[in-house]
Amino acid sequence: MNWDSFAAFVHMGGYGFYVWSSFGAVVIVIFLELLQLWLRQRRLSDADVSAREGEA
Amino acid sequence: MMFANTNWFYYAAPQRFFALAGKIIPPLYILATLLAIAGLVIGLGVAPTDAVQGDAYRIIFVHVPTAWMSMVIYVAMAFWAAVGLAFNARLALMLARAAAPTGALMTLLALVSGSLWGKPTWGTWWVWDARLTSELILLFLYLGFITLHAAIEDERRADRAAALVALVGVVNVPIIYFSVKWWNTLHQSASISLSKAPSIATPMLLGMLIMALAFWAYAIAVILSRTRIIILEREADTAWVQALRSVP
Repeated sequence: MNWDSFAAFVHMGGYGFYVWSSFGAVVIVIFLELLQLWLRQRRLSDADVSAREGEA
Repeated sequence: MMFANTNWFYYAAPQRFFALAGKIIPPLYILATLLAIAGLVIGLGVAPTDAVQGDAYRIIFVHVPTAWMSMVIYVAMAFWAAVGLAFNARLALMLARAAAPTGALMTLLALVSGSLWGKPTWGTWWVWDARLTSELILLFLYLGFITLHAAIEDERRADRAAALVALVGVVNVPIIYFSVKWWNTLHQSASISLSKAPSIATPMLLGMLIMALAFWAYAIAVILSRTRIIILEREADTAWVQALRSVP
C-alpha cells in the first residue's frame, strides 16, 4: 500500500480534487444511466398494467 | 470450437435474443463489479506514485478505459448499423440504437476525465489539439445519432437514417486513434501498443487493463439491457411480448 493514512489517500499528493472528481464523474454517470434504464423499464410495465386495466 | 454448431441466425429473432440476453446480463454486471473492485485496489492501492506526474496520473484508470470504450462502442454501433442496413435486420438496428447512449456517456467521461487530467499536468482544461477535437466530434456524432433517431417519427425510417449517420461517422475513429501519431499534439502518445513494450510500470498497466475489462463488461451489460427494453417497446403488439407481459 502506498498510503500512510486515510488523509494521505484522500489528498492524493495534492491532486485529490482532480483524481476524485474524475472517479466521481464515472460513478455519477453510471448511476444515472442505470437509473434511466430502470425508469424506462418501469414505464413499460406501468403502461402494460394500465392497458390491462383499461381492457378489464 | 465450442460454438461451431451454434446457428447465430437463430438469435437474430428479437424474441430469442431477448431470452439469451436476459441470461447473460446478470453475470456480466457481477463480473463488471468484481473487475472494477480489483482494478481500483490495484490502481489506487498497489500501483506506485508516478515519478513525473505524481498521483495525478491515477486518472488513467478511468480515462483510458472510457476513451477506449468510446471508440469501441462507436465501431460496434457502425457495424450493427451496416448489418442492419445491408440485411434489413431489425435486431441489428436495435443494437446500434442501444449502443449510442452508452457510447456518448463514455465519450463524455473520457473528455471530462481528460480535462481533469489536463489541468494539473498541462495547466489547461482544454486545448484544440487533434486528439481532443476529434474526440469531441465523436461526442457530437453520438448526439447526432440519438437526436436524429428521436426526431423521426416513423421508427423504421429513423433506424435507417440514424444508421447512415453511424456509418459515415466511423471514419472519425481511426482519426482519433492515430491523431497522436499524425499530428503534434499536446496529448501524450499511447501508453501501450502492440509493437513495443509498454511505457508504464506493471501494476499501473495491470490496473488499467483490469479497469478496461470492467468497462467492457459494464458496457455490454448495459447495452444488452437497453436492447431488451427497445425490443419490448418495438414488439409490444406481438403475441410473444403480450404473453410475456401477462405474467405479472
